[in-house]
This record gives sequence, structure tokens and C-alpha cells, in this order.
Amino acid sequence: MTATRPRLHALGEAALLCELPPPATLAAQQKWWALAEQAAQWPGVLELLPGMNNLTLCFDPRHVTRQALEDKVREAWPALAPKTAAAGRLVEIPTAYGGDDGPDLDDVARHTGLSPREVVRRHSEADYVVYFLGFLPGFAFMGGLPAELATPRRAEPRVAVPARSVGIGGEQTGIYPLQSPGGWQLIGRTRLELFDPKAEPPTLLRPGDRVRFVAESVVA
Amino acid sequence: MIEILKPGPLASVQDAGRHGQRQLGICPGGALDTLALAVANRLVGNDDGAAGLELTLGGCAIHFHAATRIALTGDAFGASLDGRPLTCGWSVPVEAGQVLRLTGQASGMRPGLRTWLALAGGIDVPVLLGSRSTDLKAGFGGHQGRALRKGDRLALGPSRLTEAQRKRRPFGVRLPDDVPASDGATVLRVMAGPESAQFSAATRRQFHGAAWRITPQSNRMGSRLAGPEIKRLRGAGDMLSAGVIPGTVQVPPSGQPIILMGDAQTTGGYPRIAVLIRADLWKLAQAPLGGLLRLEEVDGDTALAAWEEQRRYLCALAPGLALAGWPVAPAHGDPTNGN
Repeated sequence: MTATRPRLHALGEAALLCELPPPATLAAQQKWWALAEQAAQWPGVLELLPGMNNLTLCFDPRHVTRQALEDKVREAWPALAPKTAAAGRLVEIPTAYGGDDGPDLDDVARHTGLSPREVVRRHSEADYVVYFLGFLPGFAFMGGLPAELATPRRAEPRVAVPARSVGIGGEQTGIYPLQSPGGWQLIGRTRLELFDPKAEPPTLLRPGDRVRFVAESVVA
Repeated sequence: MIEILKPGPLASVQDAGRHGQRQLGICPGGALDTLALAVANRLVGNDDGAAGLELTLGGCAIHFHAATRIALTGDAFGASLDGRPLTCGWSVPVEAGQVLRLTGQASGMRPGLRTWLALAGGIDVPVLLGSRSTDLKAGFGGHQGRALRKGDRLALGPSRLTEAQRKRRPFGVRLPDDVPASDGATVLRVMAGPESAQFSAATRRQFHGAAWRITPQSNRMGSRLAGPEIKRLRGAGDMLSAGVIPGTVQVPPSGQPIILMGDAQTTGGYPRIAVLIRADLWKLAQAPLGGLLRLEEVDGDTALAAWEEQRRYLCALAPGLALAGWPVAPAHGDPTNGN
């Protein structure tokens, strides 16, 4: 992994995408955390957007050119020490699986060739790590989904996914903090609030947290 | 204090946006046309990023409980103050008791979509996570975290205009130009996106050659386009979530592109075929539903030059405003920065 150099590509004239080829691993993500920490100090860098196995640098082109940033990323990458998250907490997510709470559980079962109950068992027995927050306020992207549960996103995104839905999108699993459009396969729902703009910090989950889903009920 | 008598289809409090919170998944939001907001704010002596109202498709009425000074930008939608027509790009005194109405009738030769209203002193709502903007999707910020309704009352902050300046007779500035294509389409310039290589050269030609229709499902999160089906090359796998910014053009499996706007998610999982240059974001914010778009590919140098041109337009407003004795916004930051 360390031998692989990130691919760099412009995201418009004021952002630079840095990414590694799949698979996403925790070790690789820890290098992205380290790069984000370092790049935050670079002049002209405004904001850092970690993704799954990638990092986007938003910058002010009047203060730094994309070429200069690309050079800095290439120079910094080989020397980066993976940044281990500060003592990750264990956060349990009580989840109601299937039925109205998880209308796509049967589709995921069909795609994976497992029974709905088996999908739930494997989803709730796995250990997950929060890789980054994105997409929606407080939405945690987590590593650790058992490979056999991977299911492609829906061909046509839903206009309104209910708040606190638990879903699978490709090789990832996550929880929608708010009602929003979304393309993930919905397998369940929790009662925990994941985002409160007046709280400090405003999000329930943070990068580095360990997460477990606890099956409170299963409709299958 | 102002009172919403009629909000129209969608009215919300917006400033220059909630920046620096993306790592928590919080979108920048803010006025979708920050250039229009900045111009309107300058016309009433505010900082470029002061909070104003973003109105959609007119159809609204606002009662002024106290004297102030206002400016409209975007599409005026038949705006009038106590029955006297108002033009976009004009700075106008308002007395207590007057009512601003927008009929909803597009005013120009080309219809618009949104109007920005700036008021001397700006809208005074609490700053939440660094901004006064309403995050409609997450339900916080602005006025009670929601779109404005009939009867809502909003306080104004301290104005920088003297009473003599506030009462000055109306004056106007030139608004930025937008030259449409011969078929009336709005022309937007885009750079190749990180996943553009997942589309064949023929598909990319089709993408850039098409006249895209903006569907009515479009909103502050994104403009959904209808046109030829844009398919990825076979074998391109499901991609991992990565950062997206306003202007990112995503292609979901349906093959109908979505151009993300200020309220869009901070990361996305659909291939990004292109990204709008920052200097053209405002054109998308004003492009009407049902209207046509063309997406013309340019390189990074063109994007930077277009941005500088937009900066020059804003800078060119300053001497005129200073001549009128107007407080000119300090040249800090980048009010129209899409980031």
C-alpha cells in the first residue's frame, strides 16, 4: 500500500482529489488522516474533505497553484506515518431491521444469496470503524462491512430516505442522520440522533470510533 | 424588522455560506448565487456576505416595519414597492409601512429562477456553526431552521448607512452579463471531472454536445438534467465515496446527470464526469426550471481567468459606490468563493 502513489486529479479549478486504488483499508485511511492533518498547515489550503480511501483538498488558487499542491502531496506521501485515531470509543447502534424500517433487506438478501436473517446476523456481528464523516451532517462512513454483504446502490436514488435509516451502498454501510435523498439499500433503522447543530461536538460519531449494530428487532 | 406576508414557493435566509464544516458532513449552503448576494449587499452598504433573503419564482410579499434601504438581484419577478416598479441592481430607500411585492412574472427577455434581497444591516438571525444560512435539509440555521412562512418576522442588524445615505434617491449598477446560446440555452463552462475517463470519447462528446433540460425535480441541492442517456464504460466498478463540491456533475446509473449546488451532500458516490467552473455557478442558480443548459468543456487556465474576470467586475463596482459616499466592503476573503 505504501508503495502505491495516490492518483491526483482536479475537482474543478479550486480543489484537488487524491485517491488510492481499491480496496479501502484502515491502514490506508490512517494515512489519509495523516495527510489531512499535514495539509491543513499548507498555505492556501482552505478545507480538507476526507473520503473513503481518498482526500480532497479545497484551496484558493490565488494563493497556491494546483501544481504546487500536487508536488507537495507527492513529496509528503511516502514519508507519512499512519495516524491512529485517538482512543476510539465503542458506540452501539440499536437497530430495527427489515419491514418498514429496512425496505431493501429482501433485495440485499437476494443479491447476496443469503437469507434476510443471515444478512442481519452478519451485519450486526461485525465490528466497524468510522473512516470519515460526509454526505450529510453526522453521516459516518465506516469500514468493516463483511464482503459478502456488499450490494450496489439502487439504480434510481430515493427522493426521501427516512432519518436514522441504516443502509448498505456498495462495500459500505452507514446511517442516514436526516431525511434526505439517497441511493443506498435500506436494511434497518435506529432511534439514536446522529446530528445536533447546537451540541458540542454536533455529531454522535467521530472518525476512529468503533461501531456495532445491535439488532433490537428483525422483520424478515 | 420585516414581516413575510407571502413567502412564495421557497424563501429562506442565506448568507455567503457555512464554510469549513465539511469534515462533519455539513454542506456550505448559503446564497446559491453569492455574486448576486454580494452585489445586492454592496448596494445597501453591507459586507458582501451579510445575510439576506433568497426568494424563488417570486410570488411573495414583504412588509417593512421600519425604514431601511434594499436592493434586489437575480430576476425581479415583477417586483414593486407600494406599486412602483423596482429593477434589479438598484439601491432603493424604503419607508416604514411599505410593502415589497414580487408577482412571479419573469421580468427579463429570459426568465430566471431566484431573487436575492439585501437589506441595510442584513438579516439578524443567530450565527450557527459559523453562518446565518438556513440549512433546509438538516433543519437548522437561518430563521428557525426552515423556509420562511407567512407571518414570520425578521430583525435587521445595525446598518452602516447614515440616515442621509439611507434616504438617498435610488441608483443602480450594471449586473453581470450572461450571453445565452443561439437556442436560448444557458452555457456553463465545465472542467473534466475525476471520473471523466470512465466515459468513452463518444459519450463525452454527447455530454458536451447535448442541450440539457433542467427538470422540475431540481432544487437547492442540485439541478437534475434530462437528455441523452450518459453511460459509463463497461467494467467501471461502483466507486467509493469521495468529496464533492457545488458544481460537481455526477452521473447516476440512470445516465441523467445531476449538477450539485450549495445544499448538496459533501461526499458522493456517483462518477463525476465534470465540474462547473466557479465563475459560472451563479448562472446555474438563475437558470429557470424547464430551461436548457449546454456544458462546454474548458481547461483550468480558462476557469481561473473567468474567476479573475468576475473579481474584476466586483472590484469595478467599488469606485462608483465610494463616489456615492457608500461604505465599501473591505477587500477581505472571497465572498463568491464556491468553496
